Amino acid sequence: MKATSKMKDSHILITLLLVLFCLIWTIPTAGILITSFRDRDATATTGWWTAFSSPKDFTLENYDEVLGGQRYTVGTAGGGTAARRGASMGSAFLSSVTVTLPSVIIPIFIAAAAAYAFAWMSFPGRKILFAMVIALLVVPLQISLIPILRDYQKIGLNGTYLGIWLAHAGFGLPLATYILFNYIATIPRSILESAFIDGANHFMVFSRLIIPLSVPALASFAIFQFIWVWNDLLVALVFLSGGGQMMEVVTVRLMNMAGTRGSDWHLLTAGAFVSMILPLIVFLSLQKYFVKGLLAGSVKG
Amino acid sequence: MQLQIDQEKRERTIRTLVVTPITLIIMISGFLLLRDIQMSQILTTLFAIVWGTVSVLALFYSMNLIVQLFPLKKYNKIIPFVFVGPAILIMGWYLLIPTVRSVYLSFMNRNSTGFVGLENYHYIFTDATMRTAFGNTVLWLLFGTAFAVLFGLMTALLAERSSIEKLGKTLVFLPMAISMVGAGVIWKFMYAYKPLGANQTGLLNALVVTFGSNPKNWLGSAPLNNFFLILIFVWLQSGFSLVVLSAALKGVPDEIKEAARIDGAGEFTILARIILPSIYGSIVTVSTTIMLAALKSFDIVYSMTNGLYGTEVLASQQYKQMFKFLDYGRGSAIAVVILLAVSPVIYYNLKEFNKREVF
Repeated sequence: MKATSKMKDSHILITLLLVLFCLIWTIPTAGILITSFRDRDATATTGWWTAFSSPKDFTLENYDEVLGGQRYTVGTAGGGTAARRGASMGSAFLSSVTVTLPSVIIPIFIAAAAAYAFAWMSFPGRKILFAMVIALLVVPLQISLIPILRDYQKIGLNGTYLGIWLAHAGFGLPLATYILFNYIATIPRSILESAFIDGANHFMVFSRLIIPLSVPALASFAIFQFIWVWNDLLVALVFLSGGGQMMEVVTVRLMNMAGTRGSDWHLLTAGAFVSMILPLIVFLSLQKYFVKGLLAGSVKG
Repeated sequence: MQLQIDQEKRERTIRTLVVTPITLIIMISGFLLLRDIQMSQILTTLFAIVWGTVSVLALFYSMNLIVQLFPLKKYNKIIPFVFVGPAILIMGWYLLIPTVRSVYLSFMNRNSTGFVGLENYHYIFTDATMRTAFGNTVLWLLFGTAFAVLFGLMTALLAERSSIEKLGKTLVFLPMAISMVGAGVIWKFMYAYKPLGANQTGLLNALVVTFGSNPKNWLGSAPLNNFFLILIFVWLQSGFSLVVLSAALKGVPDEIKEAARIDGAGEFTILARIILPSIYGSIVTVSTTIMLAALKSFDIVYSMTNGLYGTEVLASQQYKQMFKFLDYGRGSAIAVVILLAVSPVIYYNLKEFNKREVF
């Protein structure tokens, strides 16, 4: 009797301790979320934790300004003034979508084909080539930046979306091949054998059997790559800088905002939230697949 | 019979002759179009997704057709290379060959026009800023990894025994979805500093003032500011350690723990003698992965302090040398040093791979 009540006590204590940890882990994010809805004066003079004592300071204006671009007036040729809006988080958001989706989709089938060959065909050099994939898994992508940038300057890919898609596809391929290999190698041999007896060739087996059967692994990689590409700063800085302001992705825009408007916390917090919202939604709704991708080997350059 | 086979062969040849040029046209014209034509972003995205999917599948389809023109024995010999070919070529272009080229560039001068021997390496091992960068990188590797792994392990152990396991894990894991730049902004706000007397808007300084101390400029002075940057990294990476170690803990059989409990072992004995040894492998994997991330993390330093106030690390110096000072020699030399630092992991992975029976 005594033992169980003691266990109950420790159970409550453990839960409380975990709640405390979660609070510490969540408060920073909650802080910027609340601040992003407060007006400029309130943000600059009082702490965000006092926000609920003066609810009239809440506003949506920060998001309007951040998404549509800073308002400013410029002199026109006729001598008057005109209202303009500067670079916005809205266009950066679109640019990030443009960068991310093809970067996720292009490597998937290339990797799946390679994984299929590694798992189910025997050929000279199979072991060495797969060893190369394993080694490239952890090669830091810093090593590729200068050589690839030079190639891009030669063939006109610098500062284009095409260039950054191919770069992300290239950097993501070792991990994609590795995750998909681990999965495809576990498909029962009998399924493939009966297909070959029925006269199927390798392309038919690949497109009608392997791809549909590997959907869970494809999803794991896709979500992993989505979050990775969306949150990337380095590759975007290097390969998209030549493309001008319209091509800036959310991470680059947010960094520039932090540099130029470092004390405008009402805008910076709204901008940060705009940059986070899509990966957060993807993460929360597809967490199961993301965890699987992580467990399958998340060592990525 | 013979006639039918001939007929089939002819059909296949015709199909190959039609499909292959179409595939090539789709691939090349899509490439040129996407490179040179300005469209709206939404249109570009949709076009790229369709182009990317169609041309990859069409490529495999038509190469399969071409190889099918050979007799079956030859087909079986060639077809594996059709399937691994594109992946190997792309990895070669983007990762393997650049490694060799970077090593070569690291022995050349700033614009790669003349050979300078070991001069770049001499610079990165003697320059004062570089020395700070090396020291700080070691701090990141040690403390970033240790704290992230420890905190992840702690929450994993707590979550397993609590009644809010799922919610707790999700909340600690959540920062994994946030970019390092975003995390930088979040924490810059936590660290915000105003002189004494003014209303503090940063939570940390507000707490400090409440407890009667003077507000501090957390990011302003070395070496302590490095730890405040590392804290952001720990905040981001603990979720990873939590998820992997939590999965490993689930694999420790209950019977062994129960048996030890009956024998009178306390919870800490069970943790030290049974649980930790059985998840040792996962702890090593997690530590290595987080260490690699710490070694390459450039975003936090670059967006928070831009390497000022003695916070430079190797990865941020590498970016600066390449793209701010345009010194490709020194930039490549730092990249090579980073590569050398991860090479033990590459070696270990290859050794493990050699043990696998599938190969």
